[in-house]
Amino acid sequence: MNTNDSATQQPLVQIRNLQKRFGDVVVLDGLNLDIEIGNHVAIIGRSGSGKSTLLRLLMTLEKPEAGTICIDGEYLWHQQQNGQLVPASLAHTRRVRGKVGMVFQHFNLFPHMRVLRNVAEAPRLVLGLSRREAEARARELLDRVGLSDKADAWPQELSGGQKQRVAIARAMAMQPQIMLFDEVTSALDPELVGEALQFLRELADEVSMTMLLVTHQMHFAEQIADRVIFIDSGKIVEDDEPAVIFHHPRQQGTREFLNAVLSPADD
Amino acid sequence: MQLQWDWSIAMEVLPHLIRGLWVTLLATAGGMTLALALGLMVTMARRARFRLVSWPVGAAIEFVRCTPLLIQLFFVYYLIPDFGWNTPLVTGILVLGIHYSAYTSEVYRAGIDNVPRGQWEAARALNLNRQQTWTRVIIPQAVPPIVPAMGNYLVAMFKDTPLLYAITVQEMLTRATNFSSRVFSTVEAYTLAGVLFLILSLLAAGLIHRAERQLVVRET
Repeated sequence: MNTNDSATQQPLVQIRNLQKRFGDVVVLDGLNLDIEIGNHVAIIGRSGSGKSTLLRLLMTLEKPEAGTICIDGEYLWHQQQNGQLVPASLAHTRRVRGKVGMVFQHFNLFPHMRVLRNVAEAPRLVLGLSRREAEARARELLDRVGLSDKADAWPQELSGGQKQRVAIARAMAMQPQIMLFDEVTSALDPELVGEALQFLRELADEVSMTMLLVTHQMHFAEQIADRVIFIDSGKIVEDDEPAVIFHHPRQQGTREFLNAVLSPADD
Repeated sequence: MQLQWDWSIAMEVLPHLIRGLWVTLLATAGGMTLALALGLMVTMARRARFRLVSWPVGAAIEFVRCTPLLIQLFFVYYLIPDFGWNTPLVTGILVLGIHYSAYTSEVYRAGIDNVPRGQWEAARALNLNRQQTWTRVIIPQAVPPIVPAMGNYLVAMFKDTPLLYAITVQEMLTRATNFSSRVFSTVEAYTLAGVLFLILSLLAAGLIHRAERQLVVRET
């Protein structure tokens, strides 16, 4: 990991002792994680291991029972008051949430808006851009994801891969500091997966955006990520470079998981 | 009772009925507008997290739904003092609107429940506030599928307006009755009133059907 010149620079995301349960099921069990600016982090693990929940907590779609998430120096669910941490006001959480963007597994595009408005709507409403500015920027982003000719299409007219690109443009239009990708490829038709992975890899190289991805595609994780995290039972088991995780995992748990998912039948 | 059809009486009663029809249409339009607005407010109130808001509204709706419209009309008309503004027609519109809001609120609820959870989550991920989430994302998706159901209630309300006869609103049935008793012939006035209701109901149903088809086309 390359250390930045400013020694005082703190990690973009600092997660401490994060706990989340659904009923009696403990999903995240005191998870700690730091993410540096520009990191491309892939999270791998069995279904139910808590990896999607971690993203949902970062996007404030769920609320943790305990622990803190700090993004760019500000707590997501807490506020500092007289040196103490107190539950955050809605306005505070909303402001910090603006630093995070998310691309959903099923994209969740707005079906009643054309592609251009899908991308331009939130910048206009939330960032206060004029209609013209918002649409100009939306067109730029659509161009960047290779969909400039689809600006006037309805989302229902697009293929899965195209929908995903619109979802990426829509999230990027809000200029987040970190982008979350939930199960990037599992909603795509098999023949589109390769193309989508290629696209995301190029995007990751092109923009220096910090990315946190949950994926089932180990090859993809290996190629796109500069850091891979294996989560099991709500805890981080191993956290290292892809080369180490995939070829010389140190933990027994990681080895067992990889043996299971990388069996020839799965390839 | 005469069953002899007399065209001259029919021609004579028609202008009265048309004037009554205007009142009928006014009552329906006013009542439906109120029912649509109030119904949405009721749906929102019932979703409120505070029991102090959601529970009384729920109870009021149950009450409205479980008592006959005619009794509600009598109740409001005879038991609420005359403030000057509450003419029979205004009272009628108010009662129709409140009565039907009990039903439209259920339709709204179904429409809102049908919007996938992912849409709420996308709105949150894009940092829309509560109001923007409702007006830009949820309601535009909840409303088109419920247009046919709302249309059915519009027709139902239209056919309920003769009940306003009971509180002396000068709608079509009232005028038909008044005319009949004046000329001692019932068949023309009531037949024509029925035919006018039939024509307008069919017309409304046709329009709703067309709107429904257009909405379906836009969705795909």
